[in-house]
Amino acid sequence: MKTFRAIGLTLLFLLTTLSSSGAAEADLRAIIAKFATAADFSETGVIVRELTATGDPAVERPLAALAEGNLYIRAADSMVFVGKEGSDSIQLFDPLSGEAAGEASADDLTQIGVNNTLRRTIRDALGTLTLGSKDPTVRIAAADTMFKTPDAANIEPLDAAIASETVASVKALLEQARAASILVSDKPDADKLAAIALIGARGDRNAVSLLTSVEANASGAVKEAATAAIASINSTLAFWDAGQNIWYGISLGSVLLLAAIGLAITFGVMGVINMAHGEMVMLGAYTTFVVQQVIRASFPGLFDWSLVIALPLAFLVAALVGLAIERGIIRFLYGRPLETLLATWGVSLILQQAVRTIFGPTNQEVGNPSWMSGSFAIGQLAITWNRLWILVFALLVFGVLLYVMKRTPWGLQMRAVTANRRMAASMGIKTPWVDALTFALGSGIAGIAGVALSQIDNVSPNLGRGYIIDSFMVVVFGGVGNLWGTLVGAFSLGIVNKFLEPYAGAVLGKIVVLVLIILFIQKRPRGLFALRGRAVEA
Amino acid sequence: MRGNFAKITKILSAGVLAAGLLASASARAAEDTIKVGILHSLSGTMAISETTLKDAMLMLIDEQNAKGGLLGKKLEAVVVDPASNWPLFAEKARELISKDKVAAVFGCWTSVSRKSVLPVFSELDNILFYPVQYEGEESERNVFYTGAAPNQQAIPAVDYLMSADGGSVKRWVLEGTDYVYPRTTNKILEAYLKAKGVPAEDIMVNYTPFGFSDWQTEVSAIKKFGSAGKKTAVVSTVNGDANVPFYKELGNQGIKAEDIPVMAFSVGEEELAGLDTKPLVGHLAAWNYFESVNTPENKKFIADWHKFIKNNKRTTNDPMEAHYIGFNMWVKAVEKAGTTDPDKVIDAMVGVSVPNLTGGYSTMMPNHHITKPVLIGEIQANGQFQTVSKTPGLVMGDEWSDYLPDSKDLISDWRAPLSCGNFNVKTGKCGGKGTN
Repeated sequence: MKTFRAIGLTLLFLLTTLSSSGAAEADLRAIIAKFATAADFSETGVIVRELTATGDPAVERPLAALAEGNLYIRAADSMVFVGKEGSDSIQLFDPLSGEAAGEASADDLTQIGVNNTLRRTIRDALGTLTLGSKDPTVRIAAADTMFKTPDAANIEPLDAAIASETVASVKALLEQARAASILVSDKPDADKLAAIALIGARGDRNAVSLLTSVEANASGAVKEAATAAIASINSTLAFWDAGQNIWYGISLGSVLLLAAIGLAITFGVMGVINMAHGEMVMLGAYTTFVVQQVIRASFPGLFDWSLVIALPLAFLVAALVGLAIERGIIRFLYGRPLETLLATWGVSLILQQAVRTIFGPTNQEVGNPSWMSGSFAIGQLAITWNRLWILVFALLVFGVLLYVMKRTPWGLQMRAVTANRRMAASMGIKTPWVDALTFALGSGIAGIAGVALSQIDNVSPNLGRGYIIDSFMVVVFGGVGNLWGTLVGAFSLGIVNKFLEPYAGAVLGKIVVLVLIILFIQKRPRGLFALRGRAVEA
Repeated sequence: MRGNFAKITKILSAGVLAAGLLASASARAAEDTIKVGILHSLSGTMAISETTLKDAMLMLIDEQNAKGGLLGKKLEAVVVDPASNWPLFAEKARELISKDKVAAVFGCWTSVSRKSVLPVFSELDNILFYPVQYEGEESERNVFYTGAAPNQQAIPAVDYLMSADGGSVKRWVLEGTDYVYPRTTNKILEAYLKAKGVPAEDIMVNYTPFGFSDWQTEVSAIKKFGSAGKKTAVVSTVNGDANVPFYKELGNQGIKAEDIPVMAFSVGEEELAGLDTKPLVGHLAAWNYFESVNTPENKKFIADWHKFIKNNKRTTNDPMEAHYIGFNMWVKAVEKAGTTDPDKVIDAMVGVSVPNLTGGYSTMMPNHHITKPVLIGEIQANGQFQTVSKTPGLVMGDEWSDYLPDSKDLISDWRAPLSCGNFNVKTGKCGGKGTN
């Protein structure tokens, strides 16, 4: 009897929920169908708000699709579909159930337009709807959105979400979002003061942003508490800002190091003023582009490995071109720096125009592999992955080069030729070949620098131009012929530059750095670490 | 009698000879072509932008020839390469006019290259069509400005951001490359924003050098400026090459268009071609033309372009449309004047009206600027722009900004009685001075 009643109850419950969801679904479909008649963004916005007002989690699918510009209207029957772009047609899915609904060509569909305001409306709406998601990252995103757009109506759903939350870190974020909502509600001051304390502990820029608007609208104790919280956050942030500047400086230094390290060999060790150095970097970047093109066309699965594959190829391409330049031009000009300068300048123009003719004058797209996109935070310090990898890579290249120079027979020969060419020759070292290979090595290193720089800069024929002056500056400042000098030079220039920039601006900052270098060179003409060698004798 | 006959034959033969001479002369004239100069950098830093314009001009000239040429003659393009070298622009312009005897020149991109050729064009009295958006504060008799003046791009863009649709922006970052166009534009914008009641502490102006590639500090400064509890937007006059690293850094530091939108005046389809635009969806640009504009004229233009350049992936952009308008205006003015003589064509140009690619007509005004619609577009994941706002009517180019104290009293009218590029309405004299 008992079981029978239980079954009956369950059946009844199922029936009611089914019928009510059926009615709700029909309602939702009616609202969604209105998208077809919306004339402008504000009308679409009204429909979006109507959908979110139903509070039905099912609206997440069409809204998310709308925000990404994937909601389409079929011209034939004004039906609304979620579309996914295929190779030559668009696959259609039902906006609520997500079931496949055939496909259509782009000409038969009208995309429902969105703008930033709509996207923000949808994001805020989805925040409340996705609080109960199973995926903690979605819940974190929801808490984040609700923190940024506090609303008194959010307190209730947040209370429920906090009660059922099991992950501590998500729970903390939800509580912060609740505190933010309390601040804009008409709750008593005691609650608001507690909320301010909670938000003050969060201590990031979003907290400052929120508290600033609270401060402007509140009075009495709440206002004072907000002012105090802002002051305390700002003082911690000032500390983090200094850390941020150091990181930016190190990161700029690593880019300078990469760009200059090849030149430290060709100019530093061999004493060749190589104006085509920047073009070797450019060739490396274009090699990366070609590798990515091939991978995109034939092996899309390998895309995340494209940079690793491009590295040896870029080294090879740039080294071969370097070898050709040395054998074809520079070897006739040793000891005539002015002619070398002019000849390599000419070579740089030829290389630029050659690349322009082959690939066209416009920028080429080199994609970031997934492991080089985005950023992560340490405290209040945002560190972007691509910059971090470039730093690691620059140090790695430096280490390998140092090893080659100091620990291999070839490095020994190189240094011997640099120190005293005639003595080295009389010991049986083939100095012309050492010259050629050294130049090729320097060029090859520039080539792999190009692979890294393609991730942060334009891949255009002008890529090298931007780096040539900086590279010479680093090598001269660090001390010609000394790899450690290049390392120290690159990082100190980077850090000085980044500390000046916030105060003096990028333009003046650069000028100040240049003036400082001129003064420094007056005092120490051979740079930070002077070395005896051919460059010094000449 | 005999003598008479001899006389007659003499006269006749002379007549025949003369007729023959005339005929041969006219035959030579028919073979003659009208030369059109193209002055765009094909090498050096600016080649990235200007090469496309050279190709666009060649296509337009080809098409005109296929339609039967102009005044019964074929058009012939004379292409020179000023190699992104400003003094060389003046030299090449002189060569085009004096040596090649071109009827008109289409060219220049940067303001400094335009300033460098101005004296050449007024000295040798020829015509320059300048197709790029610029800072204004100039109106020359020999130059026709088919790109946007600040009031056809910058001011409507800021108006859009201030509107509810654009997000009701209250705090402004004016970020630019350090040269004349961004500095003048930002000066105008600052004055405009202040006139609209934006307090000085809500405006941040920052400049970076040409080709700047390390944007970390600037982007984090923007982030910081944007966290003051007011809706913030960036108005970017960052030039060409520096844009790619700028947008990459914005994407990596997670600045989303919904939070801090970036409105750019120098970023078009061509610049986006070198970028993965997925993290940039929603950032904005203001132009008078987008490739995505859905009109029959534009569809045909894009199809022709793809056929001419033999590459279906090449984009079209705003300065190309400006050349399209400028070239068609010149053709119409030459037909109206019945000659290619620059003096007569300059007089015939004012009032000429031709279709533009966005579904309307553009007219040459007496100040040598044209009327255009202003479009605001949002960047899409496919590297195109989606128009989110369009001015209801056409906007007339205003060469002397109303928001700068030095130029607000100046007007320009190149029609007969006034014929002055900088007439001061306060003093009633020609020869007022702008800001540069």
